[in-house]
Amino acid sequence: MTTLARDTRIVFVRELKPMIRDPFSVVFGLVQPLVFLALFGPLLSGSVGSAGPVTAGGTVWQWFVPSILVMTALFGTSAVGSNLLYEFQTGAHERMLVTPLSRSSLLIGRSLKEMVPLAGQAVLIVAVMVPFGFDLYPAGALLGLALLAVFGVGLGSLSYALAIAVRKNEWMFWLVQQTLLFPLMILSGMLLPLESGPGWMQAASRANPLAYVVDAERALFAGDVASLDALWGAVAAGATAAIGLFVGIRAMLRSAD
Amino acid sequence: MIQTKGLTKDFGAVHAVRGITLAIEPGELVAVLGPNGAGKTTTMRMLTTLIAPTSGSAEVAGHDVVRSPGEVRRRIGYVGQGNGAGHQHRVADELHSQAAIYGLSRADARTRVGSLVEALDLGDLVKRKVSELSGGQRRRLDVAMGLVHAPGLLFLDEPSTGLAPQNRANLWEHILRMRAEHDMTIVLTTHYLDEADSMAERVVIVDQGEVIADDTASSLKSKLAGDRVAFSTGSPSDLAAIVSQLPGSSEVEATDGEVRARVADGPVAVAEVLRAAFEKGIAAGSAQTFRPTLDDVFLSLTGRSLREENAK
Ligand SMILES: Nc1ncnc2c1ncn2[C@@H]1O[C@H](COP(=O)(O)OP(=O)(O)O)[C@@H](O)[C@H]1O
Ligand SMILES: [Mg+2]
Repeated sequence: MTTLARDTRIVFVRELKPMIRDPFSVVFGLVQPLVFLALFGPLLSGSVGSAGPVTAGGTVWQWFVPSILVMTALFGTSAVGSNLLYEFQTGAHERMLVTPLSRSSLLIGRSLKEMVPLAGQAVLIVAVMVPFGFDLYPAGALLGLALLAVFGVGLGSLSYALAIAVRKNEWMFWLVQQTLLFPLMILSGMLLPLESGPGWMQAASRANPLAYVVDAERALFAGDVASLDALWGAVAAGATAAIGLFVGIRAMLRSAD
Repeated sequence: MIQTKGLTKDFGAVHAVRGITLAIEPGELVAVLGPNGAGKTTTMRMLTTLIAPTSGSAEVAGHDVVRSPGEVRRRIGYVGQGNGAGHQHRVADELHSQAAIYGLSRADARTRVGSLVEALDLGDLVKRKVSELSGGQRRRLDVAMGLVHAPGLLFLDEPSTGLAPQNRANLWEHILRMRAEHDMTIVLTTHYLDEADSMAERVVIVDQGEVIADDTASSLKSKLAGDRVAFSTGSPSDLAAIVSQLPGSSEVEATDGEVRARVADGPVAVAEVLRAAFEKGIAAGSAQTFRPTLDDVFLSLTGRSLREENAK
């Protein structure tokens, strides 16, 4: 166990290095969600009107900022497998596999690292939005970030597992990632409320862990810490992380062939 | 240091390695030579625990590669065919992370990295991103990564491919120095004939997944290839007839003003031929003998030229 912790730390630090050396890459990662926020937010408040779920909690930002946080997590962490694919190609992964590092640490260290850019981006998005009338509830916001981090570890692990699975047909990576990403996103009620959608969509969203995470983030960022939504979100994020790590570690064990 | 028994590896229908039995003693420097696709990399990947053999067994640094891969990994170093250093990372970061992986203290890591960086001429590059290095610079970094923990047994898969001759010489100088300092056993693959010839004390020639020869370069050459001789003459066909009658001569070629052949012992053959030519009144001018190359060895073993195979 202690060697697993040591190995995980080494992998985590190694993964973090390029980011520490080039912090602007993290900042650039922010531009996309902020542009999206600036363009989509006003449109959303115009089209859904002043009544309904979107503006129930105050301004449209109260509803939409948590969406953007989850979206940032979704886009960022689901893509990280491509870094590993690149290391398969170059030979860096092979070099790591010949070292005594435990195979699990090669996955866990990478996945845990995904929390760092995610937390950085989330804090910045929230900080940018507060002057525009986004109400901040510190305790809820911190829990919201923690939940997001756990979810990010799970999704990152799944992305790595996907990369390992398709390493001999790399083009499959983006195909599968994009094919899964958009239905998951739309069926989470992240961008538009599902309350106005057909019944089958609402039913499908109940099987989508992302939907619970989105609801939980909205509840937490509204200061609703002790809500059922927050609890279900925590269960969904925890389950994603557990399944992701399990699947990812199993994939990593067979990643040399 | 390495003991393999009937090691094989199939990739589906491809029999990449077909039964390699090999024993390598501590301190040896062995070059595995063979054309592309011979199974060199696959063999190395089995010995370094990356892939499991289809059949057979291998003990490396005292441990079975399948049953105790962790023990093997702790005791070896490996420079693969690709780039070990991550392309998004900085040179110094990757060297230090490699040192941390093998448990070097920070102080030891600094000393070791410092001397490797200097010896392999990477000093100006430590703050660069690996992706910004040239192919040759990256290869030197790969080797530095493999040497960071001064392993007792080092595997190098085509370490000098893509390097300029000057850098190749530097690289070897450093590898040999580390080897002397740390009693390293080294197994390398190469398709540079001259490299196997000049550096390795023992050459294992692999073709189509099998070991077809295993000896020192010089005894491979004298046992398997023999010398080449060339005579300049005014009557090539008459002289060729004399050369053909030498015991052990082959590949006799008569061209305009010259006769070339392969013989068992060059200097002896020259003396014989010149004497016979003199007796028969055939004009023979200069005579030359050439020591065989490892390519001649490969040619005589397989009927194919390694140089040409590699050019494909
Ligand atoms: N992962 C793999 N999957 C399928 N075939 C492979 C794989 N690795 C190597 N081979 C095949 O095995 C043979 C030996 O390859 P390799 O060991 O790389 O040769 P060398 O290193 O001597 O050039 C080749 O025919 C190659 O195509
Ligand atoms: Mg090879």
